[in-house]
Amino acid sequence: MVIEASEEALSGTVGGVKRPRLFRREFKYHLLVAPAVLLSAMVVLVPGILTAVAAFTDWNGISLNPNWIGFANFTDILSDPVFQTALEDNLKWALMFATIPVAVALAAAFLLLHRPKTRTLFQVVFLIPYVLAAITNAILWLNIIYNPVTGLWGYLETHGIVGASPLSDVNSALYAVAAVDMWHFWGFLTVIYLAALRQTPPDQLEAAVVEGANGRQLFRHVYLPNLGPTLMLMFVMIMIFSFLSFDYIYLLTGGGPAHASEVLSTYAYTFAFSSYEFGKAAAVGIIMSVFGLVCAVFYVFLSRRELAA
Amino acid sequence: MIHRSTPLRRAGGYFVLILLALLALFPLALVAINSVKTSAEVEMNPLSFPTHFYLQNFQVAWDYGHFGTGFVNSLVLTATTVLVVLFCASLAGYVLAGKKIRAWPVVTVYFMVAVTIPIQLFLFPLYFVFARLNLVGNVIAVGFVIAAINLPLSIFLMRTFFLKIPAEIEEAAVVDGAGIVQLLRSVVLPIVSPGLLTVGVIVGLFAWNEYLITSTFLQTQGSYTATLGYLSMNGTFSTDQGAMMAGAMILIVPIVVIFISVQRYFVEGFVSGSVKG
Repeated sequence: MVIEASEEALSGTVGGVKRPRLFRREFKYHLLVAPAVLLSAMVVLVPGILTAVAAFTDWNGISLNPNWIGFANFTDILSDPVFQTALEDNLKWALMFATIPVAVALAAAFLLLHRPKTRTLFQVVFLIPYVLAAITNAILWLNIIYNPVTGLWGYLETHGIVGASPLSDVNSALYAVAAVDMWHFWGFLTVIYLAALRQTPPDQLEAAVVEGANGRQLFRHVYLPNLGPTLMLMFVMIMIFSFLSFDYIYLLTGGGPAHASEVLSTYAYTFAFSSYEFGKAAAVGIIMSVFGLVCAVFYVFLSRRELAA
Repeated sequence: MIHRSTPLRRAGGYFVLILLALLALFPLALVAINSVKTSAEVEMNPLSFPTHFYLQNFQVAWDYGHFGTGFVNSLVLTATTVLVVLFCASLAGYVLAGKKIRAWPVVTVYFMVAVTIPIQLFLFPLYFVFARLNLVGNVIAVGFVIAAINLPLSIFLMRTFFLKIPAEIEEAAVVDGAGIVQLLRSVVLPIVSPGLLTVGVIVGLFAWNEYLITSTFLQTQGSYTATLGYLSMNGTFSTDQGAMMAGAMILIVPIVVIFISVQRYFVEGFVSGSVKG
């Protein structure tokens, strides 16, 4: 395959004479890649471009003749205190997810690494919350844990063990939601880290042991350097998901109480489907995409070596 | 294994792992024990074990959560998404793995950027178009949307499976005079069938669990997926906790059973896109 690719690249540079033949040879491959590109263009690319246009209009999502209003949507949003809350909440979310589940998952992965017999069982158990739907997880936590009347929290509250439900408190709502999402997410990270640790070259381990390395030195000088690329990729992934995060927040609090757990995605969604300000929703979507694009640059950068393969 | 570990440290490790397992399972255990209790019993003490099995909760949940139509819609949605993704992603993955078009870097980077695109970037115009075309509430059309969202990840997964095929196999088939369709159907795709299964399993899971797109486009009772039906039950029925927990069990048990029976493919699917060596 590699030979063929370089041959094509070569004949491409030869110029006009070979081009028709090359095009014919490539044509069938263009046909093969077409369904994926067309589907993505119809669902993601073209509507995405329309959003970029709509962000500069007062479109309400219904009319066919929206008015151009320049940067008004953006200036309105940037001066909206709710936008600032949402942005801060996204940053807090990113910080929480880049630390707590990562630490727990790393510890669990290292413990599982040296327990080959029970490894599969623990992996399956840890992954169960991850394979359940956001709706299922959010509604079960809402009802049986956080509910102040019928849930565990209410039961503990009536016995004076805990205070009011953390979901209804502006100071704790975001963290209460994040707790559910992290409960669902950390098992996934564990499985990823464990798989990466298991790829540590055995000869490096043996060499280190022969040299008399202890557990901590093995971790520092053998496991960690090999885990590095995976840790980095997961960090970028967590950053991406943190700025796209929607499901658990919208299901558990809807961004409330009093916008305390608002994030950019819920902020945009509410503009579109509660107040029918599609232009503003589009503007928030554009702002979110800028964060996504920054992450995308890192993502492409991290994968460059693999892509060249 | 390699380094010396005392029995005490080993026991301590198991203690932590069991604690984490309990953390993962505790909320689900609460659901299980309360799904067979009356709502009065749940309210009295959600931690108590059931004294008898109040199975009527399941009947109530099944009816009010519209699980009959919900499961059919979820199956149609998931099947649509999986078939569309497997078709598009295997062909595109093949072309990108072999760098068979000169534009391969453009297409590859496009799909990598697509991974990081927020759904909110394209959701609103897409909703507008769906409304104009009367497609809101159309489960199959929504299946195509979810397929498009899962395409980038699936293409990259398929690409890694195609990369493992030795070039000689393909060359031999071409020398034997196989056309492109024949080459794909009888040589290449059978080799990557484990990849198709892996991608199918995880994309199927994502489609089954989808929330943002489905809740936006499927707003009528007849088009609710199983999870959306359960969500609608939460609004109107949240006083009957026994029934709510039974509804959760109806959603949890099938997924957990399927997950455990083919967990190898799930784990492979999660891992192969995320581990860098």
